[in-house]
Amino acid sequence: MSQQLTMLDPTNEQSPVQREALPRPKSLEGLTIGLLDISKARGDVLLNRLESHLGDLGHTTKRYQKPTFARPAPEALQQQIATECDVVIEALAD
Amino acid sequence: MSDTTFTLVVKRDCPTCTMLVPVYQQLEVSRKLKILTQDDPSFPSPTAVDDRSLEQSFRLDIETVPTLIKFAAGAETGRIVGWHREEWEEFTGVAALGPGLMPSKPGCGALNVMPGMAERLQVRFGDSGMSAREISVNELSDPVEMAYERGWSDGLPVVPPTPERVWRMLQGTTRQPDEIVGLIPPDLAPCTVEKVAINGVMAGCKPEYMPVILAAVEAACLDEFAMHGVLATTYFSGPIVIVNGPIAQKIGMNAEGNVLGQGNRANSTIGRALQLVIRNVGGGKPGEVDRAAMGYPGKHGFAFAEREHDSPWKSLAEQRGFSADESTVTLFAGGGVQGIMDQLSRTAEGLAHSFAMSLQTVSHYKLAFATDAILVVSPEHARVFRQDGWSKQDLIDKIQEITKKPGSEIVRRSDGNAEGMPEQFANADFSKFRPGGLNIVHAGGTAGMFSAIIAGWVGSGPRGSVPVTVKINE
Repeated sequence: MSQQLTMLDPTNEQSPVQREALPRPKSLEGLTIGLLDISKARGDVLLNRLESHLGDLGHTTKRYQKPTFARPAPEALQQQIATECDVVIEALAD
Repeated sequence: MSDTTFTLVVKRDCPTCTMLVPVYQQLEVSRKLKILTQDDPSFPSPTAVDDRSLEQSFRLDIETVPTLIKFAAGAETGRIVGWHREEWEEFTGVAALGPGLMPSKPGCGALNVMPGMAERLQVRFGDSGMSAREISVNELSDPVEMAYERGWSDGLPVVPPTPERVWRMLQGTTRQPDEIVGLIPPDLAPCTVEKVAINGVMAGCKPEYMPVILAAVEAACLDEFAMHGVLATTYFSGPIVIVNGPIAQKIGMNAEGNVLGQGNRANSTIGRALQLVIRNVGGGKPGEVDRAAMGYPGKHGFAFAEREHDSPWKSLAEQRGFSADESTVTLFAGGGVQGIMDQLSRTAEGLAHSFAMSLQTVSHYKLAFATDAILVVSPEHARVFRQDGWSKQDLIDKIQEITKKPGSEIVRRSDGNAEGMPEQFANADFSKFRPGGLNIVHAGGTAGMFSAIIAGWVGSGPRGSVPVTVKINE
């Protein structure tokens, strides 16, 4: 009798089952952009180029690195990025 | 007898079922016998039908094993349970069953009616009447955390609303799951009995609380209560649930010691269920439509019952036109609790003065008619009014008399501060409360000469929110 756990939706079901992403900013003007290296090979190459381009355009960037791509970012790092940045660009793949 | 068939339901774990194996063999020789096995498909023989899913047992409404059912032309014509030789022989028409076995032996409980299993089967195979969207929980995810992530929680953990729990909650009411209870502010979203049950589960309610929760939700939808305004205000208020009548005792609500505090399941969860309905069905969330500057801890849910059994007074519900044997919910748009200490007054007159002086400060000393209040009078204070023969109305009238002030004393800029009654009221006299704005409830423990003020919303009255009372249909 094992069965996957389900929950019944307590809401008025006006929003989709999948959680929606936060709205995207219309412009990067004045925003601090986090550049997150997840420690996967060559992610730094992509982020270096992005950092250079964004810097040329006058945007403020900050670099971060996860200890390992195999696990979610440590809570302290998540909090640091959330505190210091408005948006974040994550370099995912090698 | 040619179209007569038999179905037998057994489990290996039942000593009666295992004892009767020779009987099954006798019957199989001369009768069309189908054996359903609940726990072991090889018992009593490999030809037994595997019912480990318990679906057939559920559909046959089995309570005891062994159960032997007789069918004629596909329809059940009778059933027997347990073992009694003469009964089995008569029922099957086969003589000399189980020679050497004891003549009778009771059966065992069937697996499909084990505690917890019945609702699972009902949800899986029965007509539960539920239609809410199902959300799968990944087996590695924590359902409590998922509820937080989805915004379903008021900040405290919620009980995951599984279909089984919701079905059980729905057994607490005779109303149909798809019945609409009301349009829930602020979004005026139609709210079904099922949605109330889901939020009741999350709040931690028991099924027997359902009639109270449903009445509270109905009350919150009444136009006079103005739930949208109570929610959207920057003031402190939230809906406070006051229960009167026999149901309070039936479901174990607290009307006595620590009545406004923690520790009683019904008190702690019924108000929370209402708030979760407003949050989840109505869409009312802090920082969104809920604009409270501060709020107060009671917005997690605030419910209590009046101490009626030894009250010197008519109950709140009786004062509002209901009879003592009716159960009701009164909803009050209220904020925090302010204590009143008077350990010395031994006359009704003296206590009324203490109450009045404390009540004068509700929302602001110089504001009259703005804010309703509930005065919660403790048994030790109530005793004084009993001795002096004062009714609730006598006390209310006295408080209104004592708090009556000339407009010039409470008008704006009098007494060195800007707040107060508007200038045009400078020449009138004002009691603190609008007519009907002060209500009294008897509650609390037997030791302590303290009473309590639950201050209302500054938008009290017909243009804002008035207390509403709804009969609980049990």
